[in-house]
Amino acid sequence: MITLQTPITNEDVSKLHVGEKVLISGTIYTARDAAHMRLVDEKDPKFEIDGSIIFYVGPTPPRDGVVIGASGPTSSYRMDTLAIPLMEKGLKLMIGKGDRSEDFRHKMIKNNSAYLIATGGAGALLSSRIISSEVIMYEDLGPEAIRKLEVKDFPCFVAYDVHGGNIFKR
Amino acid sequence: MQEKVNLLFIYIIIEINMFVWYYYCVNKEGEHMRNLNPETITNIVKESVIKINYELEDSLVSLIRKAKQNETNNIASSILDDIIENQEIAKKGSIPLCQDTGLVVVFMEIGREVYVDGDIYDAINEGVRLGYSEGYLRKSVVNHPFNRVNTKDNTPAIIHTKIVPGDKIKLKIASKGGGSENMSNVTMLTPTEGIEGVKKLVLDTIFNAGGKPCPPIIVGVGIGGNLEKSALLAKEAILRELDDESEDQTIKQLEQDLYKEINDLGVGPMGVGGNTTCLAVKINYFPMHIASLPVAINIQCHSSRHTEVIV
Repeated sequence: MITLQTPITNEDVSKLHVGEKVLISGTIYTARDAAHMRLVDEKDPKFEIDGSIIFYVGPTPPRDGVVIGASGPTSSYRMDTLAIPLMEKGLKLMIGKGDRSEDFRHKMIKNNSAYLIATGGAGALLSSRIISSEVIMYEDLGPEAIRKLEVKDFPCFVAYDVHGGNIFKR
Repeated sequence: MQEKVNLLFIYIIIEINMFVWYYYCVNKEGEHMRNLNPETITNIVKESVIKINYELEDSLVSLIRKAKQNETNNIASSILDDIIENQEIAKKGSIPLCQDTGLVVVFMEIGREVYVDGDIYDAINEGVRLGYSEGYLRKSVVNHPFNRVNTKDNTPAIIHTKIVPGDKIKLKIASKGGGSENMSNVTMLTPTEGIEGVKKLVLDTIFNAGGKPCPPIIVGVGIGGNLEKSALLAKEAILRELDDESEDQTIKQLEQDLYKEINDLGVGPMGVGGNTTCLAVKINYFPMHIASLPVAINIQCHSSRHTEVIV
């Protein structure tokens, strides 16, 4: 088991190996389809993409007094093309579910990034590891807005590592 | 004068007869038609969408627990533990099972002898609107393929209607997630491809979907009918009881064979490998054209959220 504290460095990425469990603490950002379509051309992103982690999620609305609703990963392949320019700007880790294109995986390795998966359909469990949540961009997108999350021991598995490992290969 | 009195008398007799006939007809129909308030339907839909998004049915949880006992891959086993723990947290009622609380699908069987005093489709959509708001569920519906503006209340639901004998209404209500729906498939096979062609198509579809539809999955297969009928059969198949089996011996055998062969694919929970790829295979069939063998595969993620209510 590996623990990671944000922001993520190239050294952090290098020590990740496929199949390892990772517990993430610190600040991560949410974005899915609609937010990616805007973010790639964004002149003024409200967070530092270099060294960051993006979690592919659109949470349910929280009840009063609760930080965030159910927050499990969505399928990552839909963000494959748009993730490439973000990795070129220094995006280090992506958290989602399911396999992605070979083109994505090669460009990910080239940019020294890695891809992690969290348990899909475990939105209630995963939300218990989120300490705070704040919409920082694209509020009009509702569940697809970009949120800044503080997480503690957020559980993931390494799916694609920078050494060529691929958890889905069979 | 006498003529006028006679005419008036005849007129009165005709009027009385018409009134009696009208009263008889209304009463006769009234005796047979059961009246149902649309608000009853709205309440059922509202309560159902909330309930299914917080609580999985016991039979499904038992299947996941059983799968966990038989799982030999460590990562797969850990994922199954997460799924079991997740439903325990959600059952307490403050956080839904999954962030994708789905698009609502309703299969409605309307008895011929029930009369709903209002628009039944509006009643269902009002139930969705209230349920998704009061249940703190995510609104996951956009209005247009390209504008993609959120409708903000998770409507409209997808509603299928059947007229059946009786004076009841049966509603099968599901919240269907987008991830597993995206991995579904309809293919028009040729009759000569036969049972082996169907098997290959199902296995290829599930292997290629990998971890994307959130395995362990429930596989619904619709064989026959035509293009759209096969898809409906597949959707109805994923709503069947988990422990039932087809009454047709050939189809039942195919369900059992596919269950084993899908799990032998080694896709595993969330695609990480292992021996738990599917929890059940359900196949529905229907007569078809001599030239056709339509096959639809509808994939349901492990968080299968649906219920059935008869009113």
